[in-house]
Amino acid sequence: MAAHAAGDLPGFLHPSIGQEAVAAGVCSVLRPDDRITSTHRGHGHALAKGADVRGMMRELFGRAGGVCRGKGGSTHIADFKVGMLGANGVVAGGIPIALGAAQGLRLLGSDAIVVSFFGDGAINRGPFLEGLNWAALYRLPVLLVCEDNMVAAFTATSSVTAGPGVVARAQSCGVAAESVDGNDAEAVAEVAARLAARIRRGEGPHLLHARTYRLLGHTSTDAAAWRDPKEVDEAKARDPLACARLRLIASGVAEVALDAIVDEARAEMESARSDALAAPWPDPAEAWDDVQDAGAELMETA
Amino acid sequence: MEAAQAPSPAVETVSLVEATRRAVIQEMRRDRTVWVLGEDVARGGIFGQYCGLIEEFGPDRVVSTPISEATIMGVGLGAALVGTRPIIEMRIFDFALCAMDELVNQIAKIRYMFGGQAKPALVIRAPHGLWRSSAAQHSQSFEAWFAHLPGLVVAVPATPADAAGLLVSAVRADDPVLFLEPKALFGATGGVASEILPLPFGVARQARSGKDLTLVCWSSIVPECERAADVLAGQGIDAEVLDLRTLWPWDEAAVLDSAARTRRLLVVHEAVRAGGFGGEIVSRVVERLGPRALRAVLRVGAPRLPVPFIPNPIDQNRCAQSRSPMDMMRPG
Repeated sequence: MAAHAAGDLPGFLHPSIGQEAVAAGVCSVLRPDDRITSTHRGHGHALAKGADVRGMMRELFGRAGGVCRGKGGSTHIADFKVGMLGANGVVAGGIPIALGAAQGLRLLGSDAIVVSFFGDGAINRGPFLEGLNWAALYRLPVLLVCEDNMVAAFTATSSVTAGPGVVARAQSCGVAAESVDGNDAEAVAEVAARLAARIRRGEGPHLLHARTYRLLGHTSTDAAAWRDPKEVDEAKARDPLACARLRLIASGVAEVALDAIVDEARAEMESARSDALAAPWPDPAEAWDDVQDAGAELMETA
Repeated sequence: MEAAQAPSPAVETVSLVEATRRAVIQEMRRDRTVWVLGEDVARGGIFGQYCGLIEEFGPDRVVSTPISEATIMGVGLGAALVGTRPIIEMRIFDFALCAMDELVNQIAKIRYMFGGQAKPALVIRAPHGLWRSSAAQHSQSFEAWFAHLPGLVVAVPATPADAAGLLVSAVRADDPVLFLEPKALFGATGGVASEILPLPFGVARQARSGKDLTLVCWSSIVPECERAADVLAGQGIDAEVLDLRTLWPWDEAAVLDSAARTRRLLVVHEAVRAGGFGGEIVSRVVERLGPRALRAVLRVGAPRLPVPFIPNPIDQNRCAQSRSPMDMMRPG
């Protein structure tokens, strides 16, 4: 966010600050060969799945060596090497892709599972509703994770959503669903582990509804001044990182050990940021790469 | 004497739809990662293009789906991203419009947007065009929309051999291929080899050579153009007919070569003329050969009307337009 404010990024970001526990909890129970699809708010999912930090940071800065070679940016972070099949600029866009990945993996004889992260705004899109039916119909090894931050871009999701919500919608198609405190990383991991185990046993798709809160605005250009400050203050008191820290201390972990982990993470990010700022811009000729094979020679004159 | 003892013919005359069925069977036998998903495919598809596949390949590779076009398209993409080669059946192309995010924003973008981390090797089969008075939502030709879209190959075959060869190429290609099949020509017959070889994208078929006029066409309208060339021949006009077979890439060199020789260019397509791909072809030829290279230029296409149920208005319009090539030959 500081880099955006400083004008170091070519574009904007969709921050997921405040939603860390969902990504961390779910991805902690996944195998390296499991796949995920993500949302436009996908930094946390990518990091939690093990995406290359320097490559990601260079991508945010649009520099050479970016994980998408500077063509995706924040909104389209992907790292196929770790099974991160892409953030997605379209709400619910990752859901059918996740189902297809699961169907394809099964056809190839793999026992990997696929997780699709999506927001509460996505439950009003067709691909989610079609996808529930599809996932259940083919008993796909998929965990659908609704990251419910209560707001669809700038609108309270409850004000535009009929009926009792995502869990009931899933259950109506025969997809077992559970809700969890999405700001509690351990609780998320516990439920995700249980659901993933069922999916691996061949019990078909499951849905995890994780209640959380987006501490910042829709994008890095949105100060979110339109929100009730009281609501934001209450949410900050439930910040998932602070909560995790308190719990770990209460369970006997030394503060100095936690500080060391935080310091190490900060140093890793600062180092990646310096690396990205120092990295060259991509060669403009690369703009012509990776469109398609057939007819590539016509591209520059078309 | 005995059929079983007769050597299998190298080339057999079959319908276009049967040619595509054979191409899919051949590729599914060759590569276990090739599979089909779409509505009614386990029943053989609504045109019979998948008849017998369920018996040979089973329900995991011939997947009849709900009527969920967006998810059919998106699932095909996801399955391609993990290394399978799906054939996505869209029933008719008008219905694929329900899956435009998945086709335009996802399939066509994913390789570029992710810096080449994945190639979506998939085929989208989409019967298109006029067919048996099917009215406004079952008859459209949208090839120009997708030739306009970076990231896709657009195939528009008109003969059984071309449909089979291009479909084999489409299955083997690492690019996503939009395979637009001419509904009106599904029953048209032609020779197809017992071993179907891949046909390269971007190479036009010279259906007829000629020196007076270059007639460029593709898909359903090709046989009509060939008949028109016969009529013109009876009147002493020697038309060269080029069937482009793919619109992206398209065989610019063949069209330029022919147009430079004949100096008369006629582009005919079933799609609406306004904003059609014919405009692109004419523009390119003029850009490449210069504004004075041609003596006459004409585009023939459908009027900018939805397709009505009753056949007459369109037929009358076509009759009116079919006189236009003759007008081109007038001195002046």
